[in-house]
Amino acid sequence: MNIQTPSGLSPKDYATDQEVRWCPGCGDYAILKAVQKAMADIGADPANTVFVSGIGCAARFPYYMETYGFHTIHGRAPSFATGIKLANPDLDVWVVGGDGDGLSIGGNHTLHAVRRNVDISYLLFNNEIYGLTKGQYSPTSRPGTRSPSTPHGSLDSPVDALSFALGVNARFVARGIDRRQDHLPGLLARAHAHKGCSFVEIIQNCIVYNDGVFEHFTEKEVKADMQLEAEHGKPLLFGKDREKGLRMNRHTLELEVVTLGDDGVREEDIIVHDETNRTIGGALARLKPPDFPVAIGVLYCSPAEQSYEQAVLSQNRAIADKAPTKGDMNALLHRGATWEVAA
Amino acid sequence: MEGGSVLLDESGNELESAVVRFAGDSGDGMQLTGTQFTQATAMARNDLATFPDFPAEIRAPAGTTFGVSAFQIHFGSRTIRTSGDAVDVLVAMNPAALKTNLADLRKGGLIIVDTGAFTARNLSKAGFAANPLEDGSLEGYRKLEVDMTRMTVEAVKPFGLGNKDAQRCKNMWALGLVDWLFGRDRTINEDWLKQKFASKPDIADANIAALNAGHAFGETADMAREFRAFVVPPADIAPGTYRALTGGEGVAMGLVAGARLAGLPLLFTGYPITPASALLHLLAPLKDYGVTTFQAEDEIAAVCAAIGGSYAGALGVTSSSGPGIALKTEAIGLAVATELPLVIVNSQRGGPSTGLPTKTEQSDLYQAVYGRNADSPLAVVACHSPGDAYFAAIEACRLAVKYMTPVMFLTDGYIANAAEPWPIPDFEDHEPFPVAFRTDPDGYQVYARDPETLARDWVKPGTPGLLHRIGGIEKHHLTGDISYDADNHQKMTDNRRNKILGIARDIPDQAVDQGQEGGKVAVVGWGSTHGPIGRAVSNMRARGHDVSHIHIRHIWPMPRNLGDLLNSYETVVVPEMNTGQLATVLRAEFLIDAKPVNKVNGKPFRIVEIEEALEAWL
Repeated sequence: MNIQTPSGLSPKDYATDQEVRWCPGCGDYAILKAVQKAMADIGADPANTVFVSGIGCAARFPYYMETYGFHTIHGRAPSFATGIKLANPDLDVWVVGGDGDGLSIGGNHTLHAVRRNVDISYLLFNNEIYGLTKGQYSPTSRPGTRSPSTPHGSLDSPVDALSFALGVNARFVARGIDRRQDHLPGLLARAHAHKGCSFVEIIQNCIVYNDGVFEHFTEKEVKADMQLEAEHGKPLLFGKDREKGLRMNRHTLELEVVTLGDDGVREEDIIVHDETNRTIGGALARLKPPDFPVAIGVLYCSPAEQSYEQAVLSQNRAIADKAPTKGDMNALLHRGATWEVAA
Repeated sequence: MEGGSVLLDESGNELESAVVRFAGDSGDGMQLTGTQFTQATAMARNDLATFPDFPAEIRAPAGTTFGVSAFQIHFGSRTIRTSGDAVDVLVAMNPAALKTNLADLRKGGLIIVDTGAFTARNLSKAGFAANPLEDGSLEGYRKLEVDMTRMTVEAVKPFGLGNKDAQRCKNMWALGLVDWLFGRDRTINEDWLKQKFASKPDIADANIAALNAGHAFGETADMAREFRAFVVPPADIAPGTYRALTGGEGVAMGLVAGARLAGLPLLFTGYPITPASALLHLLAPLKDYGVTTFQAEDEIAAVCAAIGGSYAGALGVTSSSGPGIALKTEAIGLAVATELPLVIVNSQRGGPSTGLPTKTEQSDLYQAVYGRNADSPLAVVACHSPGDAYFAAIEACRLAVKYMTPVMFLTDGYIANAAEPWPIPDFEDHEPFPVAFRTDPDGYQVYARDPETLARDWVKPGTPGLLHRIGGIEKHHLTGDISYDADNHQKMTDNRRNKILGIARDIPDQAVDQGQEGGKVAVVGWGSTHGPIGRAVSNMRARGHDVSHIHIRHIWPMPRNLGDLLNSYETVVVPEMNTGQLATVLRAEFLIDAKPVNKVNGKPFRIVEIEEALEAWL
């Protein structure tokens, strides 16, 4: 159940008494703050909320949330969350993990939790590096990333988190940025309101091992030109004066950046964001600097009628209601052919 | 001796027991044929035990030796403890079946063959240079050669089946003949066929016609006296209501019963693996019993979902076989550290690695007791037969919820697939062990323990006032906060160990199955060797030897009296279907010079093998 009534709690009511053990300046602090604000905004009931995590810096998250929390093992948080939802679908379950946790060791579980559409909010903190193990390149690191395990530069092609999620039929994908406190809490509230698996990539700066790797689109001076805030029903415009926009090139079927007024480009030429449109969502997810801005916001949202665990429970109930044995244990023990042995 | 039928005796037609094996191509329906003969035999009030032996390949190329599927049943008028050492009657539906099963046939035993399948092509596929029915190589056996293929096709002609469908009825023809051979009432087989093919009455009628034709052939054919019908009188069986029970069914119902007795819904999670998948299939339909099943994306996800289920207040159970259990190991360690209930069912198979998926072995005892990183103790319970599996599974559930611990439940491919008649218990007779979730916030600490069981409180998320965080990082022994403190880790390690060892106070003292405390030789077993050890010991005791049988259910922790009990014998012999795992644990725990007797050929011990081994110490 994602519908909450405001609880009258403030963001700090969602903070535990535990000492936060991230490096000073880590992007995780900002995300924690945004999550606590989102919890207060939506009035989440702490007793009914569970944060589940795997292993990594991000996975320490549950210790800092004054809710129920389960810090599990590397990569498997979605599987624990699935079991929790099957046992008690009324719990409000959040999964938190990093790019190594969710896309490398746990890629399989991320895939299946997403495509099953378990009703969880999955927050993937993407810093493009392994932090807790001291800086090895990760599955989202750009080619050429120099790290202790790739001293001459990494060679393999990275995974794009949101394209991956869309590829396995995610019904809610969104992207936020740790530094965007004005934007992130609202995005998290949207993810929470979605029935089914909501998959949120949060761009997060690792100040120790990968500092500045996102600054070409997160720094103050560039962000207006390099971030595109997608909003449902609004044209995909960006730039300091919202003078640039995205247009579909009818010949290549690719998005292109155009400037209003140039070559007769008018606002009507700009694509209006439709978050129920998977093609637009996919195209936005793939946009990469320097030729394109990074798209943030809800890129795709198209809820299914039922989430996975709701479907399981309704099937269980329907079959159980029709079962002649009605849960009678002795009827189970006597199932099949029986015979009497007389004294 | 068990398995020693008097089928060879020319003087009468009454047998104390007999062993029949149906063998054919994996597409010949031998498992169904065997199961149906078992039903008819149970109705005739014989005691019985069965054992299927099928290939790992689903549809191996027809006619090949590696595609042979067999089903063995041992039945009699006295207690039957195993599926039989040697075969009295071998039904061979093709040359490959004859080739692969002949070695197990008793000298002088009866071979029933379908000559219609002994074609040049099939003979060559089975690797016979000449037809064994003609070249004298079956000298010393009795042969009943029938063209079952042709006679089946004739019998089902009125139903207008194509030749292929008609030939598929020949297993029922063979069943009819064997039903006749042992005086079985085939009504139960007919009823089953009608039910199975309810939507295809033509197929049902054709199969029934084949069944009847096989039976009629036995009754009317002019055969030599040695092919007469036999009588196996009813066994002296305790009164009650019975059903046939496989080990898979025993475990499945025991888990459902265990969850019910704990007052919890059951979340059963698995990933397909032979021979454990049957449990998932058996539990999936039981929705009115509060069972939710989850086929996960892999073994790891399965165990994690089960732990998640327990965390949220269900009884989480996961199931696999050795290789899958290996994959689950890290998560089991988390359940040890977070002290959550979890039952892990291991249907052991031959290994290492993929090994022999469809063959039996009991070589995961080390894995169960010791097979995790660090000091990660948990309880281990092993069942020894299909019927025992039901009660042992209940016990595993009881320990898991009472002690907030993972419990490894060991069964094996033999128990899983073997079947026996089972006196159905009354569920109302079972002692409930209802779980009391903590709801009182006053003074709650995550790792505060019950002084008697040392278990921590079970708190369901959703409970107001009890918010807390758990996880795999070492935690403070009371508050549950992260703690890297050296003394605290020592204390938590001790707590985890002492909690599990304390279970020994809550399990029955080790009993002696046969014989008495003290004496010359104790034969100590666990798991599915119960039958052959039991019969070997009873045979040897009947011959006047001082031999006792002890069978261990609680593998970890072990019963408190076990050390003293074992020390009361001059010699302790431990037969196992591994290279000596229980023997090593007994040596380590009790400094006893346990003598291992080992076998790992994918097949259960034969009684005679255990008897021969015991001779050395008598």
